[in-house]
Amino acid sequence: MDELKLYTYIAVFGTFALYFAIAWWARAGSTSDFYVAGGGITPLQNGMAIGADWMSAASFISMAGLIAFLGYGGSVFLMGWTGGYVLLAMLLAPYMRKHGKFTVPEFISDRYYSKTARIVAVVCLIIASVTYVIGQMKGVGVAFSRFLEVDYDLGLVIGMVVVWVYAVLGGMKGITYTQIAQYVVMIFAYTIPAVFISLQLTGNPIPQLGLGSTLADGSGVYLLDKLDMVVTDLGFKEYTTSNMGGTLNMFAYTMSLMIGTAGLPHVIMRFFTVPSVQAARQSAGYALVFIALLYTVAPAVGAMARFNLMNTIEPAAGQNLEYAERPQWFKDWEKTGLLQFEDKNGDGKVQYTADAATNEMVKVDRDIMVLANPAIANLPNWVIALVAAGGLAAALSTAAGLLLAISSSVSHDLMKGVFVPDMSEKNELLAGRVTMTVAILFAGYLGMNPPGFAAGTVALAFGLAASSIFPALMMGIFSKKMSGKAAVSGMIAGIGVTMLYVFQHKGVMFIPGTSFLGDMGPNWFFGISPNAFGSVGALVNFAVAFAMLKVTGPAPSEIQDMVDHMRVPTGAGAAHDH
Amino acid sequence: MENKEAYWQENLRLIFICLAIWFAVSFGLGLLLVEPLNAIRLGGYKLGFWFAQQGSIYSFLGLIFWYGAKMNKLDKKYHAEG
Repeated sequence: MDELKLYTYIAVFGTFALYFAIAWWARAGSTSDFYVAGGGITPLQNGMAIGADWMSAASFISMAGLIAFLGYGGSVFLMGWTGGYVLLAMLLAPYMRKHGKFTVPEFISDRYYSKTARIVAVVCLIIASVTYVIGQMKGVGVAFSRFLEVDYDLGLVIGMVVVWVYAVLGGMKGITYTQIAQYVVMIFAYTIPAVFISLQLTGNPIPQLGLGSTLADGSGVYLLDKLDMVVTDLGFKEYTTSNMGGTLNMFAYTMSLMIGTAGLPHVIMRFFTVPSVQAARQSAGYALVFIALLYTVAPAVGAMARFNLMNTIEPAAGQNLEYAERPQWFKDWEKTGLLQFEDKNGDGKVQYTADAATNEMVKVDRDIMVLANPAIANLPNWVIALVAAGGLAAALSTAAGLLLAISSSVSHDLMKGVFVPDMSEKNELLAGRVTMTVAILFAGYLGMNPPGFAAGTVALAFGLAASSIFPALMMGIFSKKMSGKAAVSGMIAGIGVTMLYVFQHKGVMFIPGTSFLGDMGPNWFFGISPNAFGSVGALVNFAVAFAMLKVTGPAPSEIQDMVDHMRVPTGAGAAHDH
Repeated sequence: MENKEAYWQENLRLIFICLAIWFAVSFGLGLLLVEPLNAIRLGGYKLGFWFAQQGSIYSFLGLIFWYGAKMNKLDKKYHAEG
């Protein structure tokens, strides 16, 4: 076994052992432990857990790669996935915490005095969470197969067993404490390579400052200026100004991600674990501190990875890399098929240009940027091993949060809330554990046999949360008069419009060939891409709900009193069952 | 607590101020005004680019903590802690 593999085994299985130890120590004894970790989590702990819960395999592995190739256009992910926390802190979390229930559908059912509303909310939640969890499971399988050369399916099964142990045993309590550990692993794994690379390129160890510094090669040229020059010379769009589909599209995309973030149930749920309304507001702030640690480093990782990649292939204009002398990481990633070279002009050198006719780097998968980054920069093996453990921590922590959101909506909202209201606490806890097991098996199955639509569905998850859940919650708090029937009509209209738009461009249920309008710019409504359409769906939701409110008349006075009560922090107490 | 309505109005005013800033730093400076701002430099960063990839996130952080601190004061003033 070579040194790298040994270090990787130590890092991965060492962190797994830590998660198991925490799981045993934080076993759940009651439904309150299982759903809201007993309600005694401090804001700092909760902030860290939210950070791990929120930052998925997509944030850890894919985002910097997207930024590396989109440049300025990648800003939609940076602003969109952080700006949602401002909305959570001010518009949702404090009031939902005050109301003090276990789940998001339960809040919707109380506020809109309707079991239909609860079922609609459960359906939205399950669709959004299941599509999201498939991506995490795939991330686990990929991390294992690339770093440990374990079979993809076996890697997935190991991941499922690990999540099962701490999520089923500990519920929210176990998940919270393991997420705290996973956050620490993840942030070290992300920032250590970034610090090294920033130091190499600019002499500044802080990546956020390094990105704005001059190069350390003595030329006195700013890194970003040099990058702009290198990419435009090869015919690519200028890094710092390249737009993504026009200003309106970027606007709508950012807005969809922001309100989608605020409407994702597995994030909102975490705010039910703290003891007071003040603690809920504070958790949102700490959460964003921990998220920003990674998100402000990501643009540096992206730009520096692109810079190193271009520089390896063409160290100076016209002096292209000899294919025969390509570095080891180049060969490693070629084996996976994610990096492909084709010597079109037969000169034995590598040409990487924007022109498809002469470009010889026929495939450069965006996802390899973070994973290959330490190797491209010649960092020591223990750093590469740490990245593997960090990627797994990111995928596992998010998967656990999503699985808990799914299982609690089935055991608490559907079984206890709608079908078996007189279930005992002990049975509900058992039901929660059984549902969680089923959810893990289901997610694992989908991870092994990813449906054709898996790639397109993460956008759908945000679109659904943005167009259905966020408006319903916000109106429930800020419009006392909003009635149940009007809110449900709004939710259905919002989801309906968003799904219709996504399906008409991407195919019904993402089945190729069933789209009735091609997925291309000229067919898009005002040039808004399907991924960005959740914000339009949300507008439709608000409009329909307020129009229907005129028809249905206002909510009953006892509901309006409940909203009044929700708006003041006094007497919050721990989250409870009924 | 007394005077829930006044407490709520003060809260709404704070939220309005925060969301106006939230919109201005991200959609305003990072998106709509990015081109004119890019003429200004912040070290190696073009200013509009910096707001889109760094500045907006720092502003969001400041906003959440500022709102939290103001609300804690408001809770005390109206005896609404809990």
